[in-house]
Amino acid sequence: MQMVILATIPGIVVQTWLFGWGTLINLMIACITALLSEAAILAIRRRAVGFFLKDYSALLTAVLLGVALPPVVPWWVTVTAVAFAIIFAKQLYGGLGNNPFNPAMVGYAIVLVSFPVPMSQWLGVQSMISAGETLSFLQSLQAIFHHLPVIDSYTMATPLDGFKHKDLLDTQTAFSSIAALQVPSLNGWLWVNLAYLVGGLALIWLRIITWHTPAALLGALLVMSGVFHLIDPTDTATPFFHLTTGAAMFGAFFIATDPVSSCTSNRGKLIYGAGIGILIYIIRSWGGYPDGVAFGVLLMNFAAPLIDYYTQPRTYGHKKAKSGLKVGEDN
Amino acid sequence: MLTVLLAIGMLVLLSLVFGAILGYANVRFHVEGDPIVDQIDALLPQTQCGQCGHPGCRPYAEAIANGEAINHCPPGGQSTIQALADLLDVEAVPLDGDHGTETAKRVAVIREDECIGCTKCIQACPVDAILGAAKQMHTVIADECTGCDLCVEPCPVDCIDMVEVGVTAKTWSWDKPQGIAATSLNIIATDRQAEVVH
Amino acid sequence: MQTASIFSFHGGIHPAENKAQSLQLPLGRPSLPSELILPLGQHIGQSSRPLVKVGDSVLKGDAIAINNGFLSSFLHAPTSGTVSAIEERLIAHPSGLSDLCIILTPDGKDTWTTLEPLNNWQDISKTDVLAYLSEMGIIGMGGAGFPTQVKLQGAHKNPLTHFIINAAECEPYITADDMLIREKTLELVLGIEILQHLVEAENVVIGIEDNKPTAIAALKTVLTQRNSNIQVAVVPTKYPSGGEKQLIQLLTGKEVPSGQYPADIGILCQNVGTCVAVHDAIKLGRPLISRFTTLTGDALNASQNVEVLLGTPISHLLDYADANPNALHRLIMGGPMMGYTIDSPLVPIVKTSNCILAASKKELPTPAPEQACIRCGMCEQACPASLLPQQLLWFSKSQEFEKAEHHNLFDCIECGACSYVCPSSIPLVQYYRHTKSSIREAREANVKSDLAKQRFEARKARQDAEAAEKEAKRLARQKAAPSKTTDAKKATPAKAAPAVAEPASDDSKKLKVDIAIGKSKLKKLQKQLLEAQEKEHVEDINSLQLQVSDQEKTVASLEAQLANVAQAAPAAEATPAPANDELKKAKIDVALIGVKLKKLQKQLDESPDDQELKDKVAGFEADLKAAQAILATLGASAPVASAPKAAANDDLKKLKIDAAIAKAAVKKVEKALKKAEEINAPEIDAIRQQLQDAQQRADELEKALANPEAATQTAETTTAKAESVADSANADAAKKRKIDLAIAKAGIKKAEKNIQLLKDQGKDESEINASEWPKKLIEAQEKLATLESEQPTPATAKTETKAVPAEAQAAADMDLATQIKKEKIAVALAKAQINKLNKRLENSPEDTNSIRQEIDAAEKRLQSAEALLEKLIHSQTNMQENR
Repeated sequence: MQMVILATIPGIVVQTWLFGWGTLINLMIACITALLSEAAILAIRRRAVGFFLKDYSALLTAVLLGVALPPVVPWWVTVTAVAFAIIFAKQLYGGLGNNPFNPAMVGYAIVLVSFPVPMSQWLGVQSMISAGETLSFLQSLQAIFHHLPVIDSYTMATPLDGFKHKDLLDTQTAFSSIAALQVPSLNGWLWVNLAYLVGGLALIWLRIITWHTPAALLGALLVMSGVFHLIDPTDTATPFFHLTTGAAMFGAFFIATDPVSSCTSNRGKLIYGAGIGILIYIIRSWGGYPDGVAFGVLLMNFAAPLIDYYTQPRTYGHKKAKSGLKVGEDN
Repeated sequence: MLTVLLAIGMLVLLSLVFGAILGYANVRFHVEGDPIVDQIDALLPQTQCGQCGHPGCRPYAEAIANGEAINHCPPGGQSTIQALADLLDVEAVPLDGDHGTETAKRVAVIREDECIGCTKCIQACPVDAILGAAKQMHTVIADECTGCDLCVEPCPVDCIDMVEVGVTAKTWSWDKPQGIAATSLNIIATDRQAEVVH
Repeated sequence: MQTASIFSFHGGIHPAENKAQSLQLPLGRPSLPSELILPLGQHIGQSSRPLVKVGDSVLKGDAIAINNGFLSSFLHAPTSGTVSAIEERLIAHPSGLSDLCIILTPDGKDTWTTLEPLNNWQDISKTDVLAYLSEMGIIGMGGAGFPTQVKLQGAHKNPLTHFIINAAECEPYITADDMLIREKTLELVLGIEILQHLVEAENVVIGIEDNKPTAIAALKTVLTQRNSNIQVAVVPTKYPSGGEKQLIQLLTGKEVPSGQYPADIGILCQNVGTCVAVHDAIKLGRPLISRFTTLTGDALNASQNVEVLLGTPISHLLDYADANPNALHRLIMGGPMMGYTIDSPLVPIVKTSNCILAASKKELPTPAPEQACIRCGMCEQACPASLLPQQLLWFSKSQEFEKAEHHNLFDCIECGACSYVCPSSIPLVQYYRHTKSSIREAREANVKSDLAKQRFEARKARQDAEAAEKEAKRLARQKAAPSKTTDAKKATPAKAAPAVAEPASDDSKKLKVDIAIGKSKLKKLQKQLLEAQEKEHVEDINSLQLQVSDQEKTVASLEAQLANVAQAAPAAEATPAPANDELKKAKIDVALIGVKLKKLQKQLDESPDDQELKDKVAGFEADLKAAQAILATLGASAPVASAPKAAANDDLKKLKIDAAIAKAAVKKVEKALKKAEEINAPEIDAIRQQLQDAQQRADELEKALANPEAATQTAETTTAKAESVADSANADAAKKRKIDLAIAKAGIKKAEKNIQLLKDQGKDESEINASEWPKKLIEAQEKLATLESEQPTPATAKTETKAVPAEAQAAADMDLATQIKKEKIAVALAKAQINKLNKRLENSPEDTNSIRQEIDAAEKRLQSAEALLEKLIHSQTNMQENR
């Protein structure tokens, strides 16, 4: 878990560089909330508080949520998301190892549905890179704790958001006219995704995660966007756009690979990852939200046990793998 | 008005159709399961000790099927209660202390030089596990003894002991680890200093 | 020499090898320890049976234990010396339990017994060679300790495609096989050749990991020299490539089907150590008495391999390897992956001990506490059996055995790879071992409970059948009784018949209920007493004690009554005593003499003039008569003689029971005394007094038991039960009565016989009636009836409870007997009449019709009389049986 947290550092650095101190402040709020709520619940459940806090699972949830939320989101959004993730999505299911859903994504989905306005307030990348203007630490703090109206001038839609709201424009026009789809903005998000790709590859190299889920996820996303782009290039974005904007890489390497709520067998991981990839594309293209990682992961969490049942490996000495729920029918 | 009647009519029709289908399915796909008493009986330990207040395991199984509590069987203990709870889909309750407490597995042993050959224990044994004849010394067939205690009471000279079945190197088995947050000395493969840094 | 192709298997891990430490020094040979501990169960299967007893001296290589069944093995003395004990000692086992061991004290001379190598192994039958291997105590030395001859026999089932020699030695630290190959290369190859002769496989492959270059080179040299067709397959170093199933997969690409053995797919595996042991046994005649063992670990200053005698205590080896006791943290038998911690260094080396790992704290730190499983799937990647360890853990934790089995728990080879990779430090293998044994225990318990059920049901069926039989008899009796009342003219005594059995059973029932109530009261009181004792309420204790003893007395008296009632019925019955030995002897004599006599008479018939024969016959006839006379007197006295004997026996038995009860009482009181002493209760003295009393009583009874003549008296005085007197008095009376009865019965028989004789002589019924016999018969029958009715009267003297049923019974008996008599006479009369009429019919054919009618009427009468008679007799026998 520590290693996963460490592997998010490149992404955090890039996000801080692009969006200012807000990301770090978010992370701090998230971590404190996570540790407090985890400790409180463990105390209520009469478990060894110190022992379980040391497993870093609460901290990891906090970090993942901290970087997923918009940089200047009001503090109570972060607190709600993290507390909900720890208390409801994890501890009430029995703690680490027993939660069927990815806690971070449950927390994210809750605030995304409940507070849509602050959740869409991403800072514009463009202005920062071109004008060198960025929020100072103090400004960020003020923005987070006293929702400053001045912030509105800095906020801007993400590329995915922009593309979502291109309405009747065709792809080419959209990319030339919508601010969020201009090169600086796209490049900013490309950097973010590249940073998470580096972290993710490190995790694979360190054998913390296996390649199956990310590869399947990204592969499915690539295939989906590629096929649909070939069919109708005027109304869809390129595969490159899909892979390098939003939470594509972050989701593929850090969210979908959460072992507790995902599939365990290698074949299962491939199916699970591919399922998420397909869902992400579907939600991005035809759903109500600009990005679909959170909902894609949660939906596939539902399917994970079933996939596990049907993808048991063939045990040594057995002619074929057992599958399904049939108990008692041996061989 | 017509719409209302039509709706009601449609619903009636639908309910008739589905009712017919369900009725047919019930007959056609009827599963001839084990009678519940047999299933319960199969879970009971068959010590025939009567601690539940019934003369044998099967009568208790019948009583459970008729609604008696499932926690009256000390020889079966908590595991039997759990199995019964799973079978009958009821809550697993702790063992009813009025009927006795769960003990380690025991067998009856007759102190043979004190036995007077009264055959009282032979008559008491529910599984015919005591061997002997009148005025002859009796002995227990340990393999057949269910440890039900029923022979202890009738013995006029108190020469029957209930002896716990000890563990030998051949019958020993590994303990269950204590679970999360507990250290187990018996963990295997602890020399992983070569791969500590992940 | 060829090289074999290599496949691969799923999973596996690469732990630090740590093999170099123990290869620094050459092979060591420790000195003789002061004693050798040889467990009898060093192998899988039945423990061996000792052939020696304490004090025996044995020579090196002598068999000291023999196999005990098919799956078992021999055991030999590793050195010469004396058997100093055969006792339970700590053995090398994960449980830390003890087992039976032969303890050998070496004499230091190390004298070999006469060795008889099996030089003609190529000529004699393979079965004989296998038997020889069994006698040499050879078992699989890789780990499990499967008797080798059993494994080789199993390999004959199918033609073998592969004979695999397991030299992989994949576990970290262990280098014993490596060293063995280096030291005994030629012996190994020769051993493999012998085994190949025995199993005749198509391919012989030595599987060895690539981390043993020296051993591989040595092997290759020898194989090239011998121009052998044995292949060497060098497999990559990966744990657990030395697992039998994994090595088979590595070398053949085949998998052993679940639940089967390698032999089922034509493959046999043997460990290198076993091959060398086979060579030593057959070529040198040496049984398995030593083995190569690795001594390693940071706590040893001189890590090395040693050739060590079986039974050497590990402490001796630790000294030899210069162990640093301060650094020693854990002592492990076997390797770090599949070995187990041993608690005591006193356990001995056995045939399967390949490594002693004396680890320091730094080397094998105490494992981290178990954390939650996060289903990371690392275990699944590492599992060489392609299981889902995380699912198995889940099912093991929640005791879902059925699901665990469905997920192929029993295909787990317990290699520990999953535990090794688990980031949460979960002792996975221990969970699996626990679950496996729980499942096995549950299966055994199921078998046992099924058996118990069967036995219980069989018993119930038997009891039901008995009860049904009794019920049927009772019903028959009930039926018989009313039918009699309608037919018989004297109804009054007949009424008593159905009531005969009932008062007795009613009484006993009532008594039983009383006793039950009394007992429950007693129990309650005892409980109260106990509580009072616990709370130290002195006053309560005293009063309660009084109550308890009162209640005990009541119950005892009730029980005595019950016993009397129960005895009353059988006592009324004069069962003939069994013939005693003398009688038997006399009978045999008579028979013998009779046979001889017959023979002689035959001879006499053939040669009637032989005077000698005639004399002999006459002599034998005289003998026969004498013998018959003896028989007759004995026959008459036998029941008389046996009756008192039986009575004496009964007394003795009662005494014994009394004595036992008294003893039990003494024990109980002693217990109570102890308890009282513990709580320092004030009634200690009273209890002591009780104890003394009880002791005294028990002593007296014991004495009485020893002196049967005084039995009656002592029983009287000590037990204060007046029964014995009555019993002895009764016994005399009963004796007399029995004799009378016998006489009367004999009279009846005689009369009947005579009547029959007369009938046979063709005498008319009227003539018979005219003779004295029918009268005599009736007289005798009457006498018998009176006797039988008299019979239970002495019992009335005993207790009143007894008298009531006895009298009723007597009345019923008399009634029945007279009725039977009457009906018998009626039958006889009717028969006589019919006879007469028939005769008349012959003599006077003119009035046939009228006579015919008379005959019909007589026959009807006869039939009804016979039917009635039958019923009566039936009910009489029933009554007698039920008493």
